[in-house]
Amino acid sequence: MDFNYSDEQKLLIDSVERFIQDDYGFDTRRAILKSDEGFRRDLWQKFGELGWLAVPFAEEDGGLGGTPVETMIIMESFGRGLVVEPYLSTVVLAGGLLRAGGTPAQRETVLPDLMAGGLIVAVGYAEPTSRFNLADVSTTATATGGGYVLKGRKSVVLHGPMADKVIVSARTSGGQRDEAGITLFLVDAGAAGVTRQDYPTVDGLRASELVLDGVAVGADAVVGEVGSGFLLLEKAVDEATAAICAEAVGAMEVLHKATLEYARTRVQFGQPIGRFQVIQHRLVDMYIAYEQAKSLAIMANLKLDAPREERRRAVSAAKVQIGKSARFVGQQAVQLHGGMGMTDELNVGHYFKRLTMIETLFGNTDYHLKRYAA
Amino acid sequence: MDLSFSAEDLAFQREVRAFVAENYPADIKAHFDAGLEPRKADFVRWQKILFEKGWVAPAWPQQYGGTGWTPTQRYIFQEELGAANTPGIIPFGLSMVGPVIYTFGSEEQKKRFLPGILSSDVWWCQGYSEPGSGSDLASLKTKAVRQGDKYIVNGSKTWTTMAQWADWIFCLVRTDSSVKQQEGISFLLFDMKSPGITVRPIITMDGGHEVNECFFDNVEVPAENLIGQEGQGWTYAKFLLGHERSGIAAVARSKRGIAKLKQIANAELSDGRPLIEDQDYRRKLAELEIDLTALEYTELRTLARESQGKGPGPESSILKIKGTEIQQAITELAVEAAGYYGFAFNHRAMNGSNEPVVGPAATAFAAPAYFNMRKTSIYGGSNEIQKNIIAKMVLGL
Ligand SMILES: Cc1cc2nc3c(=O)[nH]c(=O)nc-3n(C[C@H](O)[C@H](O)[C@H](O)COP(=O)(O)OP(=O)(O)OC[C@H]3O[C@@H](n4cnc5c(N)ncnc54)[C@H](O)[C@@H]3O)c2cc1C
Repeated sequence: MDFNYSDEQKLLIDSVERFIQDDYGFDTRRAILKSDEGFRRDLWQKFGELGWLAVPFAEEDGGLGGTPVETMIIMESFGRGLVVEPYLSTVVLAGGLLRAGGTPAQRETVLPDLMAGGLIVAVGYAEPTSRFNLADVSTTATATGGGYVLKGRKSVVLHGPMADKVIVSARTSGGQRDEAGITLFLVDAGAAGVTRQDYPTVDGLRASELVLDGVAVGADAVVGEVGSGFLLLEKAVDEATAAICAEAVGAMEVLHKATLEYARTRVQFGQPIGRFQVIQHRLVDMYIAYEQAKSLAIMANLKLDAPREERRRAVSAAKVQIGKSARFVGQQAVQLHGGMGMTDELNVGHYFKRLTMIETLFGNTDYHLKRYAA
Repeated sequence: MDLSFSAEDLAFQREVRAFVAENYPADIKAHFDAGLEPRKADFVRWQKILFEKGWVAPAWPQQYGGTGWTPTQRYIFQEELGAANTPGIIPFGLSMVGPVIYTFGSEEQKKRFLPGILSSDVWWCQGYSEPGSGSDLASLKTKAVRQGDKYIVNGSKTWTTMAQWADWIFCLVRTDSSVKQQEGISFLLFDMKSPGITVRPIITMDGGHEVNECFFDNVEVPAENLIGQEGQGWTYAKFLLGHERSGIAAVARSKRGIAKLKQIANAELSDGRPLIEDQDYRRKLAELEIDLTALEYTELRTLARESQGKGPGPESSILKIKGTEIQQAITELAVEAAGYYGFAFNHRAMNGSNEPVVGPAATAFAAPAYFNMRKTSIYGGSNEIQKNIIAKMVLGL
């Protein structure tokens, strides 16, 4: 049994943490949120230079051959810093799909640029009525001669506005909620027939509604096998879910520490509010919620390469615990900061908002409870 | 025991319902139903409609413009307004400073201030909290020094709701630092246009602007604007807090909130079926409804005690705690129902621009509403403070 990080992993932690401390202060993030682009391309390229974008990719693809633990380390630190750059979409989610299902040609043309910070890829897996069911796909891909024509709509595509390419799920056969018959396509964001409605999200990211109106792609756009995209997508989304669990752990850690510090220093009735026993117990409950979440986030990240059933259960267990912990820690952090906790100026509300969205992202607590129990 | 309304009560209910149906302006209703940012003009217009009918201040004594209704009638009235989703009565004039003025103010002050409060021509804000004094209000530091026939006020207030709209502020100020904290506080009214006042907006995490910081730099306040006696402000403030808490259960509004949740859950799909058929969601909705029913009957019991002449006791803290928990839980379930479309930040649409919202209109503002409602367990005496009150005053701990 060993929960320790290797020396190399410790170096990675140091490098990401140093970046968050030195280059990603709260004011920097605030400026990024206000900018038109909604992210910093120069920072993104720096991520590339530091090798963070190459972490999960195989060495023969030019990557660093990292394990999910390295991704977990990065995401946990990004959670501490509330990083809004498209790591989750491009490296974890799209990267996961390309690693497992990309053709040699796709890997050769896309991955080097992606790892260098030059190419951003988003993933469109949800539709207006699909909720969290990845198999609920009505977007169609009709075979025509050498390729396909895509028609449909993808909703809330995270990091869509800044994406150069988007991987979308579409139906090549089967009924609306069949797992079989789903195919993944790598599409240029600027391809003819693609229209986007871009908007900010409540937690400071950017997203798009993507309309595919007769978008013609070649057969070389297929990621994975025709009709078997579901399992590929499910695994990548499980990996991404484990990654946001780690992100949530980082965010909860900051909130808990900030609230603890506030309770030590905020004086009411002639003493720090942390002297009131009810506040002490609340802080203890927040701490327990955080530790429990951290435990299952680690467990899930270690089981990403386990057989499908085991992986699914581990990821769902973690997501349920994270959902409950994140809600409790987030709400209590706001509550114990009193009026200050309600303000846009203080970072607390921003962590709370990100945690709230993580609770929903890739399936909320109810969804994962059902998947776990099934 | 009899839980039914009398024939007169039922007739009264019909009268109120008919009045609201005929007089609640459709454009204000549309604005509020959509969950858009509230506008001052809407509040004023609706309150004036109620004023003209003589119904704007049901709780006031008749001699000052009240209705003479029984507590049950007042309850029915609240229910009907809540069910129709009318703008809430802004409490600062009508529920807070008004009662203080007619109870403790001079004849002159009553004549001067009450008409503007009733007609909603003069808007008030509440200057209690300070950066260092929130839950421990009695530690407030804003100073008022008497100089001849005026007070010179220096200091700052914070979290002042709608100060950006207000004409006047009622303020707790320290007039004596040499006595026990509670004894050196006075209750002052002053014009927000007085020289030396700066109002700075505080933006809350949902992106809205409802609270402000207020800075007072040598603000001159005529001594005639002192309510009651110097040093007695704490007594008046406590009296006012009792008024602030009544109505805080918001049962009627929460009923409407639950009805809206059901509408949303009928429209949103999960695996191709309405979300309302999802067992987990259904159970949570049912539990919430039962919680609300319990609160409703707790409130009715409080009301019955009041009809028998016993004022709302510290038990009203139950209404504050449960009422706010339920309001918050409703917004939580709305976020759950919204799913991914809860992510979209439709900020400009919320502020009334013509921009179309992303996703279903019914869930477009679910997340900001959820973030905003976190305030309810913080303000009006935080829920922790309410529990301290119950522990001490009710349970004798
Ligand atoms: C949206 C909003 C609108 C408001 N509008 C107004 C307004 O119009 N006018 C006005 O004057 N004020 C207003 N307030 C201020 C509000 O009344 C205060 O925020 C509230 O009293 C809490 O004070 P605080 O924020 O300083 O928190 P603190 O008093 O610092 O409390 C911090 C935390 O400690 C807890 N705590 C404090 N003391 C104890 C204790 N003894 N035992 C256990 N727990 C304790 C609190 O419950 C809270 O969780 C508003 C606040 C908000 C958020």
